Amino acid sequence: MILSRESRQGLTLISPPFLYAILMLAAPMVMVVTFSFWTQNYLDLDRTPTFANYREAWTGEIFRVLMLRSLMISFFVTIVTVLLAFPIAYFLSFHVKRQKALWLFLITIPFWTSYLLRIFLWKVILGYNGVLNSALMGLGLIDEPLDFILYNVPAVIITLAHAWAPFAILPIFVALERIDRSLLEAAEDLGDGPVRRFLRVTLPLAMPGVLASTLIVFIPTVGDFVTPRLVGGPDGVMIANLIQVYFSKANNAPLATALAVSSMLIVASISLVIFLIGRKIGGRTQ
Amino acid sequence: MNIGRFFSRNWLTGYAVVYMLVLYLPVVLLPLFAFNASTIIAFPLTGFTFEWFGVLFETKALHSAVQNSLIIAVITSILSTLLGTLGARAMVRYRFPLKRGIVGLIMVPLILPEIIVGVSLLVLLMQIGISLSIWTVIAGHVLICVPFSVAILSSAFQGLDPSLEEASMDLGETRFGTFRRVIMPLILPGIISSLLITFTISLDEFIIAFFLTGTDVTLPVYIWGQMRFPTKLPSVMALGTILLVLSVFLLVLGEVFRRRSASRQGQDASATGGLM
Amino acid sequence: MTQNAIIEIEGVSKAFGSVTALNGVDATIREGEFFSLLGPSGCGKTTLLRLIAGFDEPTDGTVVIAGQSMAGIPANKRPTNMVFQSYAIFPHLSVADNVGYGLKRKQMSREEINRAVTDALAMVDLAGYGNRAAHELSGGQRQRVALARALVMKPKVVLLDEPLSALDKKLREQMQVELRQLQQQIGITFILVTHDQEEALIMSDRIAVLFEGEIAQLDTPEALYRRPVSKRVASFIGVMNFLPATVTAKAKGALAVDIPSLGKVSLAAGHAPEGLDPTSVSTIGVRPEMLTILFDDAEKAECETTGEVTATSYCGDMTYYSVLLPKADEAVTISMRNTAGRSIVPAGTKVRVGWGAESVVLFD
Repeated sequence: MILSRESRQGLTLISPPFLYAILMLAAPMVMVVTFSFWTQNYLDLDRTPTFANYREAWTGEIFRVLMLRSLMISFFVTIVTVLLAFPIAYFLSFHVKRQKALWLFLITIPFWTSYLLRIFLWKVILGYNGVLNSALMGLGLIDEPLDFILYNVPAVIITLAHAWAPFAILPIFVALERIDRSLLEAAEDLGDGPVRRFLRVTLPLAMPGVLASTLIVFIPTVGDFVTPRLVGGPDGVMIANLIQVYFSKANNAPLATALAVSSMLIVASISLVIFLIGRKIGGRTQ
Repeated sequence: MNIGRFFSRNWLTGYAVVYMLVLYLPVVLLPLFAFNASTIIAFPLTGFTFEWFGVLFETKALHSAVQNSLIIAVITSILSTLLGTLGARAMVRYRFPLKRGIVGLIMVPLILPEIIVGVSLLVLLMQIGISLSIWTVIAGHVLICVPFSVAILSSAFQGLDPSLEEASMDLGETRFGTFRRVIMPLILPGIISSLLITFTISLDEFIIAFFLTGTDVTLPVYIWGQMRFPTKLPSVMALGTILLVLSVFLLVLGEVFRRRSASRQGQDASATGGLM
Repeated sequence: MTQNAIIEIEGVSKAFGSVTALNGVDATIREGEFFSLLGPSGCGKTTLLRLIAGFDEPTDGTVVIAGQSMAGIPANKRPTNMVFQSYAIFPHLSVADNVGYGLKRKQMSREEINRAVTDALAMVDLAGYGNRAAHELSGGQRQRVALARALVMKPKVVLLDEPLSALDKKLREQMQVELRQLQQQIGITFILVTHDQEEALIMSDRIAVLFEGEIAQLDTPEALYRRPVSKRVASFIGVMNFLPATVTAKAKGALAVDIPSLGKVSLAAGHAPEGLDPTSVSTIGVRPEMLTILFDDAEKAECETTGEVTATSYCGDMTYYSVLLPKADEAVTISMRNTAGRSIVPAGTKVRVGWGAESVVLFD
């Protein structure tokens, strides 16, 4: 294959980061998949390819329960986060005239600070002797601390929704910014009121952003293990915790990788479905 | 009821304000309880003290964790910015076969769960037999920081008029001279922004460090270890406050540089750009 | 090599993948002349300019500058300098640093550089602007800085890529005159790329008209205007009226032409483009200013016909009439100067139309 000079130069330039990604991402992924077909016999690694790990994972109850729970949590978090993010993205795009970058910057600052700390702070807020309870008691609104706000699924959902909020706002904002304002003026000119304008013009055109936002929140939250560990309690354990346990304490890396690969496949297929649905709703505005 | 009123300016402004308050709520707690005299993180506040900061200064393990984190962050930021510059330039200025796939692979760490990245690298390293150290953490951090660097720098390169490079050559400059006299000064703010942001990301990053760290722990991993001890919580708050202030400071610097870069190239700096 | 030729383009072709931008182009550009490459967008004129500048290499053929083949010689080593369409002023440098950019690589002292920069700025009417920042300049000022930056290098050839297209009309017209005067003053060869035929006519010593990667005609502005070699060139430069015609007889150096709408006339052979077989002539062309409306009965012209005015356009100094001639399917355009005492002929009037044989051009 004869490459033009531009192609050769371009490929040369991009090869360092590309090769790095191959080495550090693609190769490890291949390794992970390979690993999942091996088995761990106590201290020995049996390299004969087998589906044993997958069988154990898929037939075992714990994987199904945790996977379903993780997906459910992720769905809730995604829906809540995206729904709450849309109005603020809309506000920023349509009602803030100058200093949009400043608002964006302020929105993203919490995201840049330590993820660990933010999760930890929610634990501090929601705890039995925590900030929320002591504040409510101090204000005289409750006599006894609330014990149902931490170490369960709702706590995980609240924490994750808060952590991923900025990530959800940005894609929607970008999509809204791209909407040609004269389209809305044309709709108004043709007789549409504000609500109809929103439903018929703004929302469909913003769908690519909503879609991106959904995927950006959904995919990483399924795989989170810090949040369940800190605020989830025994009821809030998610699939990533299981993977991490098998990796370290149970010393069964092949099973852990099989779990990881299975989770990734499930997440990838769901994401694909979401993507296709979103495309249908939004039409060909991409 | 007219639903349209929900999107009227006043409702939305109110919503936005409440949203921002809730967003910043946990973060505000950090300095609040870092200076609070009580060992319990709860209301009411009992008094003002520097005690917890003092504890931090005494703890040796903390110092070495800080040192490790700083070294890792510095090296990560330099390497990521280097790779990011190459990637951004290639992406903006050149067309070549399989471009979308190649760029896609480089950028994919942005949406991968960090546990996947950490676990995969760990498996690979285990198999090859490389032991965990700060270099393994650096390797993981660079992987997730390169996409950010590419994003920031492709914005800088996009603002660079290609005829500027041709003009420089036309006036007799070599390729390297053109890079030194024209390209570098114009993307320098973007480079600094990338260095600052990738530094911050690496400093704060927990999950990959958790999987790939050896005996030399990073700061977030150290904090994780401290979290199970209730008496250590206030000093964790103090530490968190310091980290928060540092991160915000670095990010503000990064944003200042991004705006400088935009205005140098004659663009509207308050328009959205940068991390977009 | 022809005497005083500065650039020789021989059989130059350029392909980008499967797209052919230039196809076997030959041209000689003379030293000290103002030469234009004119054509619609996509015709290859900018491609050719860039091949001369050295930003691309031809797929075939050679570019020779000052007797030296430019094959394999990159842009930074050629004796050419370019004024870019976007001006390409370095935004992080001052005006003086911009103009002096290329001088830094030459072995010149700082005073020498400063002097050269000051002189160049004075030449383009920007004296005293040295310390201004690049982003403080208007479009017209940037254009001058770009020009000064090229001129200060004292190149053999200055290349200009649509330098005036971003300016508004009045400024453009002013710059056209200024650029022409400047070029004549300094005496350096200028090669201008433009899609504006008026601009090319005003500024150039010679023009090469390009369509689809080939030179259709290379001539002086006057020759291009009065003797275009094809209908396409004729309509691209100015306005041309086309009427059906046939050559009825051919004698030594003269052709008998029958134009149904105008009349019969005998023309010298030079009225047909070289190489055109007289029997294949089917159209003649005549410019709007070469047709006249004869106002009173006393006015006479070399040849006459009649017609009816179908529309008028008043343009201040001129009025353009659409006149339907006998046996013509479409109206022709006739331009009349609005001299004192001349009234505008309303649509619907039957008029006498005068014309001269000298101005008729034959086409296939």
